[in-house]
Amino acid sequence: MKYYDKLVFELSREGRTGYSLPANPWSKGAETLPAALRRSTPAALPQVSEVDVVRHYTNLSQMNFGVDTGFYPLGSCTMKYNPKINEEIAAMPGFQRLHPLQPACSVQGALEVYYEMNKALAAITGMSLFTFNPCAGAHGELTGLMIMRQYHLLRGDVKRTRVIVPDSAHGTNPASAAVCGLEVVVVKSTPEGLVDVNDLKPLLDDTIAGIMMTNPNTLGLFEKEIVEIASLVHACGGLLYYDGANMNPMLGVVRPGDMGFDIMHLNLHKTFSTPHGGGGPGSGPVGVAARLADIIPVPKVVRSSDGTFQVVGASEKTAGQVSGFLGNFGIILRAYAYILALGKENIKLAGKLSVLGANYIKESLKDAYKLPIPTVCKHEFVFDGLINDGAHDEVHGATTLDVAKRLLDFGFHAPTIYFPLLFHQAIMIEPTETESKETMDAFIEVMHKIAAEAAQDPTILQEAPHTTPVRRPDETRAARQPILKFGDAAV
Amino acid sequence: MAGFAYFPHTEEDIRQMLQRIGVGSLDDLYSDVPDGVKYKGEYDLPSALSEQEVRDWFASLDAKDVPLKVFVGAGAYDHYTPSVIPYITSRSEFLTAYTPYQCEISQGTLRYIFEYQSMICTLTGLDVSNASMYDGPTAAAEAMKMAVASAKKKNRVLLSKALLPNVLHVVETYAKYAGIDLGYLSAESGQTSLADLQEALAAGDVAGAIVPSVNRYGIVEDLTGFADALHEQKAVLVQSCDPSALAVVKSPAEWGADIAVGDGQSLGIPLNFGGPYVGFMACKTEYLRKLPGRIVGQTEDRDGKRAFVLTLQAREQHIRREKATSNICSNESLMALWATVYLSLMGPKGMQQVNDLSYAGAHYLDDALLATGRFQPVFDKPFLKEFVLKPLVDPAKLQAKLLEKGFFAALQTEEGYVSFCVTEKRTKAEIDALVEAVKEV
Repeated sequence: MKYYDKLVFELSREGRTGYSLPANPWSKGAETLPAALRRSTPAALPQVSEVDVVRHYTNLSQMNFGVDTGFYPLGSCTMKYNPKINEEIAAMPGFQRLHPLQPACSVQGALEVYYEMNKALAAITGMSLFTFNPCAGAHGELTGLMIMRQYHLLRGDVKRTRVIVPDSAHGTNPASAAVCGLEVVVVKSTPEGLVDVNDLKPLLDDTIAGIMMTNPNTLGLFEKEIVEIASLVHACGGLLYYDGANMNPMLGVVRPGDMGFDIMHLNLHKTFSTPHGGGGPGSGPVGVAARLADIIPVPKVVRSSDGTFQVVGASEKTAGQVSGFLGNFGIILRAYAYILALGKENIKLAGKLSVLGANYIKESLKDAYKLPIPTVCKHEFVFDGLINDGAHDEVHGATTLDVAKRLLDFGFHAPTIYFPLLFHQAIMIEPTETESKETMDAFIEVMHKIAAEAAQDPTILQEAPHTTPVRRPDETRAARQPILKFGDAAV
Repeated sequence: MAGFAYFPHTEEDIRQMLQRIGVGSLDDLYSDVPDGVKYKGEYDLPSALSEQEVRDWFASLDAKDVPLKVFVGAGAYDHYTPSVIPYITSRSEFLTAYTPYQCEISQGTLRYIFEYQSMICTLTGLDVSNASMYDGPTAAAEAMKMAVASAKKKNRVLLSKALLPNVLHVVETYAKYAGIDLGYLSAESGQTSLADLQEALAAGDVAGAIVPSVNRYGIVEDLTGFADALHEQKAVLVQSCDPSALAVVKSPAEWGADIAVGDGQSLGIPLNFGGPYVGFMACKTEYLRKLPGRIVGQTEDRDGKRAFVLTLQAREQHIRREKATSNICSNESLMALWATVYLSLMGPKGMQQVNDLSYAGAHYLDDALLATGRFQPVFDKPFLKEFVLKPLVDPAKLQAKLLEKGFFAALQTEEGYVSFCVTEKRTKAEIDALVEAVKEV
C-alpha cells in the first residue's frame, strides 16, 4: 500500500467544478427566499474537477484492506466473501429509483422481495415473522428488546424491567438493553466458558423481562444447556432473545426457534454475505415467534388474499417505528440473492465449513498460542496471547496488539483483539467458509513465524507494522488533542 | 462443496482438515450440540440457482415495479446521482472493508470519514460531526437521548409537529422505551410555534426541543427566538435538517442550534425504496462527549506522518456497555462515502444550483397547479422544493390518475393536504406534463 497524504479540501481551487447540471429555464432561484432565512456565507465545500475526485478517492481506496484484498479473520464479524452478482442486483435501476412511499401497486416487485425474504429467513431460523426495518445488528437488538418490553406491557406486566445478559456478551447487548430502558443483570460464565445455570437460577423472578444470549457464544462455544435455560426463563415469565451475530455456524444445524428463542436478530452483513462497507450499511432483521407477530414494528409488508402485497403503516399492538421506512432494501436484495445462489443444499454446508475452518486453525496454532478453552469450537475461537511472548529480564513480552500489528506486514487483516473481555490477551479468530485451505495454511504459517519472532526478539512485533502506509498512529494524542475536521487546530 | 463457487473446499481439503482436528466427519464438529435441538428437516427453500437464474429472477421482479417520475419528497428526495459516485463507492477496497479498527490498513476509510465529518460541519456550521447514523429519523431519536443525557435531571423533550411524520414516529418509539417524556409544539400556521415553546419551557423540565429546518410542508422555518428561549432554560435546540437544503438556507449554527441531525440521502443517494440512507449528526464542542457513534480524528504516526484513527472511543457502547446512552455500532459508512463524493463533485456552486433548480421548478409547479383550479393554497410561507396544497378534487382519484400517467405525485398527508416536491431532476417538460395530467381529473 502506498501512502497518499491529501484531503479533498487540499485539492480545492476557486472556480473549479466537478458537476454538470441542466440550465435553469426559470431564471430565478433560491435567492428569492427572504434574506433572513438564507445562509450568509456558502458552505466551505471543496471546489475540484471530476478527475480530481476520481483520482483522490482511488488513491484513498488503495490505502484500504477489504475482503477482496485478502484474508480477514476478524472474530465475531463473519467477514465472508461478498458475491458480485449481489452488487449487480442491488444496483438494478428499477429497484434504485423506487420512492419508499410509492403506492403499493407500483412496487409489487420490491414488496415481493420482502415477502420471499421473510419466508426464507423463517425457514432458516424457525421463527415465524421478520421485520426488516432495523438497519444494523445493534439496531435489531434494540428493536427486539422493544418487542420484548411491549409484549410484557400489553399483558399489563409492568414490573418486568430487567434483562439478563451473560458476562461474555457482545458490548451492544447491555448497551441496547440500557437504551431500551432495561436494567442489565449480568449472569456469570463457568470456567468452561458457558452460561452458569446455577448463577442464573437465583436471578429469575417476576421482574425479569428476558435474557439475551448468543449461541454459540462469543467464545465460539455452543451453550449446551440452552434447553434448560429456555425452560427456566420461560417458567419465570421471561422471553429469550437470540443475538444472531453468531448465526453462521448454525446454518443447517440448529434453528434458534427450535432452541426456544422467542425473538432474534440476524446480521445480513455477516451471515448473509452483504458487504460491510467500511462499517455499514448493514441490516438487522428481527424475527419473532408466532405469538409476538402482532408486535413487530411498522411499516410492514403483508400479502393480501388476492396475492398482492401491501404496506401496513399502523397497528394496535405494534412496538412502534424504528427507522424511516421499510429498512435497508439494498442490503435485503443482496442477501436474498445470496440465499437463492446457495439454495437449500449449500446453505446447510456454509455453517459446517465455517466450523471446519475455525477448528483447523485452532488445532494448528495451539502449540504457539495459549488456548484457554480446548474443546471443539464453532465458527470462531479465542486464544489468550502467545505461549512464549519473548519476555525475559528487562525485556517486555509481545502482546496481542503486537501480534495483530505484525500480521498486517504479511498481508492479513488482524483478528479481533481484546474481546471477549474474559481473557486479557484475547485473540478471536473467525475464518468463515469462503476461505480455502491454502489461505488458512498461509495464515497458520505466518502466525507460527510471528510466534517464533516473538520468542527470539519481541521488538520486531512491538515495532510492527513495518510495511503499511502509516505505523501505529498516536491514539492518545488523537483523543487528548482532538482534530475532528479539516481546518481544526490542535488544542 | 463439489463445485459451489463460494466454497473453495475440495473433498481432499476437508479430509485433511478433519484429520488435523481429529474428528471423522463434519457432523462430528457438532458433538457438543444436544441431539434434541438439531434441525433434521429440509429447509423450505428453493434449490440453488445459477447466477443467470438469480439475475433473471430479480429482473422479473424488477419488471413488476412501475417506473414513475417522482414528484414526492417527505424525507426521500429524488436528486441526481453523478456517475462518479457508484463508480467510486463500488471499489471493493471501500465496499468489502470492515469498520476501520486496524487503522494502518484502513486509512482510505478513515480519511473519507474525516472529510465527511468536515463537510457535515461546514454545512451545519457546527463544530463536530460523528461518522454517521442509520438514517435521519434515528439520528433525531439519538439527539433526543443526547439532550436528556446533557441536561441534569430534566427528562422532557419537545417535538415540533412540523417534523416529518417518520421522524416523529421513530422519536416517539425511542422515547417510550427510554422513559423520556415528550411534548409537542404546534405548527398550525405552517411554522413551529414559538409561543408554544415559551409556554412549555415555563415548567422548567425541558431538556431540549427538536424542530425542523425545512419542515414537512416544505416551508423554511423562521427560528428567531428559539435558541435564546431554550438556552435561557439550559435546554438544547436540535434542528432536523435536509443537508442538501443547508447549502442555501440558514444553517443550524446561524439559528443557534446545539445539535443538528438529518438524512444524508438528499446528497446524491438513490431513493433505493427507503434505504440504505445515512443519518448525520453534528453538535457544538461542548456536547462532544455525549455524541453517539464513531468519530474519526487526525493524529500522527510514529514516523511523524499525518494519520487518521477512530477516536474518543470511551463514549461508545463496546466500552461503556450498560452505561451507554447509545448502542450504535455499525453505521452507514459507505453511504457517508456517497455523500462525501457527491459534495466533493458539487462544491458550493453545484449545491447552490441544485437548490436553485429545485426551488424554481417547485414554484413553477405550485403556480401551475393553483392555476388549474383544482387546489387551494394552504400556507402563505416561503418554501424551498416541497409544498402542500388543499385538493378540491378527490385526492385518491388524483393520485390514481397521476399514477396512470406515470407520475408519483400528490402524496396525501395526515392533514388532508397533498404534497409535491420538485428536484433538479424534473424537467420543465415533465412538470408541464404533470399539470396536464392533473387537468384530466
